Parts: sequence; structure tokens; C-alpha cells
Amino acid sequence: MKGDPADLTIAAAAAAMRAGELSATALLDAVRRRAAATEAQLHAYLTLDFEGAERAAAAADAAFARGEDPGPLAGIPVAVKDNMCTRGMETTCGSRILSGYHPPYDATAVARLRAAGAVVIGKTNMDEFAMGSSTENSAYGPTRNPWDPERVPGGSSGGSAAAVAAGSALGALGSDTGGSIRQPASLCGVVGLKPTYGLVSRYGLVAFASSLDQIGPFARTVTDAATLFEAVAGYDPSDATSYRGPVPEVRPGLEAGPAGLRVGVIAELAGEGNEPAVLAAFARMLEALQGAGAEVRQLSLPSMPYALDAYYLIAPAECSANLARFDGVRYGLRLPGDTVEEMMAASRRDGFGPEVTRRILLGTYALSAGYYEAFYGRAQKVRTRVIEDFARAYKEVDVLVVPTSPTTAFRMGERTEDPLAMYLADVGTIPCNLGGGPGISVPVGLDRWGLPIGFQVLAPPLGEAALLRAARAVEALAGFSARPALATSGVS
Amino acid sequence: MRWIVRPSWPGCPAAPPRGPQLAPGTILGVPVDIDIAKVARLARLALTPEEMERYGAQLGAILEHAVSLQALDIEGVPPTAHPLPMLNALRPDEVEETLDREEVLSQAPDREGPYFRVPPFLEEA
Repeated sequence: MKGDPADLTIAAAAAAMRAGELSATALLDAVRRRAAATEAQLHAYLTLDFEGAERAAAAADAAFARGEDPGPLAGIPVAVKDNMCTRGMETTCGSRILSGYHPPYDATAVARLRAAGAVVIGKTNMDEFAMGSSTENSAYGPTRNPWDPERVPGGSSGGSAAAVAAGSALGALGSDTGGSIRQPASLCGVVGLKPTYGLVSRYGLVAFASSLDQIGPFARTVTDAATLFEAVAGYDPSDATSYRGPVPEVRPGLEAGPAGLRVGVIAELAGEGNEPAVLAAFARMLEALQGAGAEVRQLSLPSMPYALDAYYLIAPAECSANLARFDGVRYGLRLPGDTVEEMMAASRRDGFGPEVTRRILLGTYALSAGYYEAFYGRAQKVRTRVIEDFARAYKEVDVLVVPTSPTTAFRMGERTEDPLAMYLADVGTIPCNLGGGPGISVPVGLDRWGLPIGFQVLAPPLGEAALLRAARAVEALAGFSARPALATSGVS
Repeated sequence: MRWIVRPSWPGCPAAPPRGPQLAPGTILGVPVDIDIAKVARLARLALTPEEMERYGAQLGAILEHAVSLQALDIEGVPPTAHPLPMLNALRPDEVEETLDREEVLSQAPDREGPYFRVPPFLEEA
């Protein structure tokens, strides 16, 4: 093997294992060494379970030795965001209220990873209950960006993004309610995919905003993201909202290239409000796509500027209902109280951090008598307009593109005192969640501080084939091969 | 024009500035009147007066930002609760495996035999 196995793509590691050049155990050892070298600084993980991982890796090696192929992810070390239940492995959601919680079951997405042979090495840090855009809202301390430890990795799936960027996992699962996969992928220079709403089961995913939440993969390449997507997607009877039809076939057209692809630029989100370096990288990629035979045009989707405000009414409203279950009765933190209501109110006050409290209050208010129509009802109508605008656009183009994040990674602490400034980090990612279609962020370059810039592709619901074809084309044209200093320093 | 935040606690902060296009004390056409103590009680959050003050002011600022929504014409537009056209998800009514009771109860903060135990919620007669 040339180089450190921790830096291999999933595809390369899978090929090396099948060629007998690498064992799952050796690959796990490499990832463990990387985690040991980086975790003190990064804090990408909340829980590492190398004992369980060793057993899974040994099982993969034993299967290979018997001449079996245990599945497409056999022996691949992956990380899971800490809002997905893992049986017997602590699942905190980055919250004090779930400290010490050991779920009695695996989330379906986790079970499917395991069934595909993946080696689950641990649970990644996140903004508490996935509410945030910097992973600074974790009750267990922030994760740092592997490209610059003074900066945030994005969020809320910042731990998953940082682990994949640093090499302490080859791939990871995250969840995306308003951009929580794509935005940290952009800030950490990796690929992050939010599939179509309903394509990946949410059984065992701790609910935040149920009409928006979706599980998806992080990887270092589009092909690896596709492999993880194929492993976890598909109907699950345990999730009543999961899509019953067939999963789109993404593999056959993956290498079809950009020629003939109809690409639409969302005018409202691709101009002012984005940093100059982000816009420059975005424009360079549009030129490259055009030069390679894609048909690039600009489209107006007038509802897009309203998506952010609609989201920040819809998501808190749904969160206030979903988080009612954390009441100190069946699991999690309980404080004493003379009555059950006092016990619940004290437990929730101590168990939830400021951002979660803020959103519960906002959602409770927006849903309360007299305000429902003006806030939640109105936001839901704006959502309809967003969906209509997308539908109109997709009559003319195959995919839409927009910068993933208006800025590169910002400094730690820069936005923690100003909730609105933090919310603005999601302006480019939220429309996709409101619309229900898939979205993906692909790294296309670095700014002058050496921080990664992401390029986002969106497609209509169930349009994963066009989405991943376009993303793969963007990846090939960008030729992005930089790695963060943290992944290469002190590693032979 | 004045932003109405009902002073439900001592030291309620001054009203934040508001956009000029609004009717007095309204957001999205509704008179806004954030009784933060009531909202906190509905949400079962035992907040201190200082916390209520802080969160009340932040809620006001976030809702003020949401005023932008009234610039988009939504006349006659139906609401969307779910992004994909899905009807009721039905399944056969069959007995299935359930979670192990002991494993579930092992996570409870307090239990008594096969029950979750909580402080009293009914007065004794």
C-alpha cells in the first residue's frame, strides 16, 4: 500500500481489500491512529467504540478469507452523527438531556450500514439536536475545522464532516434539516449529500423538524457518497414517511459527464450576499461546465429570498412539538420536582442549551392560539411557493446550482451571540429542504486563507441520478485534491 | 409605532426598532404580544427572570426578521405540510416484535417494577 490507508477513498480501500492488499483490521488501525493524532484538537467524536469496530473489522476479514463478499462497505470505517440511535452505544444528540442514553435499538440507517459490512467506529459531535450551523451548540464542546482549528467546521453535522476531512473516518452519516450536511461539507472540503425527503428511513433518527429532516452521507468523493447512499436508501416499514417506490439508480449515469446537461443558476441566491471568493469559485465552475458542453443559464425563482424566514418559523414550530418528548420520564436527565410538571420544567430547563431553548420558545409561540395562521400557516404557504418555483425551473433544466454557503468557514465564537447571523449561514441550503428534492455540496477550490469552497447542486425529488451525474462532473472539472493540514501533518 | 412586548417580568428590555412598513404592534398582520412567561410555561421550561428577558428580546428580533414574509404574495396559495405527495401510510395489523421491556426501562431515570415512576400529578382527595 502506498500512503496511509486512512486517506484512501472508500472505492480505493474496497478495491485494495478485494485484491488482498489491505485488511479491514489494518484499515481500522490506520483510522484509529489518525483519530489518536487528531481528536485532541478536532473533537469530531463524542463516542469512539474501537472494541466494537475491531469485531466488525475482524468479521469482514474472516468473510473475505472465506472467499465471501460481505457487501459494498465491507470493512470500511464509518462514523455516525450522534442523533442516530446505536444499540448499546451512547447517543446524546449533543445534548445534556440525553447524557448517558443507551438506545435499545439501531436506527435503520445504521442497521443498513452494518448490513452492508461497514465498521461503525463512533458517534460524531453535532449542534445540540441538530440546531446550529457551527457545531458550537454541542453540550460537549465544539468541533474544530481540520483546515484551521480556529474556525468552525460548520454544522450541525460538523463532527461527521471534520472526521471525513481529517481521515478519522472514510465516510459518515449526517442529517440535514436546513443544510446540516451540505454546509459543513462545504466548510470542511468534503462531499455531502442530502437525499430526497423520504428516501432514507428516519427510524431511530432523533426528530428535529419532521417535514424537513433527512439522513445522508459524507465522503471524500461523489462516487463514495453514492455508495453510502445506495447502502442506506430505501423503503422502511418502521418509518411511515419513508418513500415506497424504488430508489433512483445512480450508478449507471454517474460518469456520463456534463455534455448536454441543462444547468440552471438560481439568480436570487447566486449574487450579492456571497463572499467574493465564493462567487469567483462558483463562476469559474459555471464556465468550466459550459466549456465542457453543459448548457448553463440563469433562472429566477422569486420565492427563494423568503425561504430562510419561512424555515425559521417552520423548523422551530416542528421542533417544539418533537422535543416535547424529552420530559425526564422515560429516558435522559431528570431533576427533582414536587409535581410532575415541576420535574419536567426543571429537567428541560437544565437539559437544553440556549439555541434549543430559543427554538422551542419560538416554535411554541408561533403555534400558540392566535398566532398559528400568521406565522406557521403563512410559512407553509411560502413553502408551497418555493415548491412551485422549483417545479417550474425543473421544466427547463436538469439541475439547479448555487453556492453551498455564502462564506467559507468562519471563526469560532464569531456568531454565537447573534442567532440571526448564524441563521444566515443556511440561506443557500434551506430551499432544498423546503422543496423536498436532493442536494449535494462538492468542494471546488480554496479561498486565499486556504479554506474550502463548496459548489451546490440541486435536483427535483427523486432526481438523484441527474444530481450525482452533475456532481461527479463538477468534481472532475474542479480536480480538487487538497487535504487539510491536520490530515497530513505528522502522518507518514 | 411601538413593538409590544408585554412586560411579564421586572426589567423588561426596551422595544427593539421595527421596519417602517408595519401597522402598529403587528407582525404579518397580527398584533404581536409576546407573553414570554406564558410561552415558557406552555413549553415546560422553568426559566429564570434573566433568561426570560434575554429570550424574549431574541424572539422579538427573529420574528421581526420574519416580517419579510409579508412581501411575498401568498393569496390563494394552499399550505404545504409535507414536501412529497403522500397519503396515509397503512400497514397490515399484525403482531410484530417489540423492544425488550427491560432494555427500555433500563434507561428510565426512575422506575417501579415494570412502570416509569414520576412525582405526583394528581392531588390526593
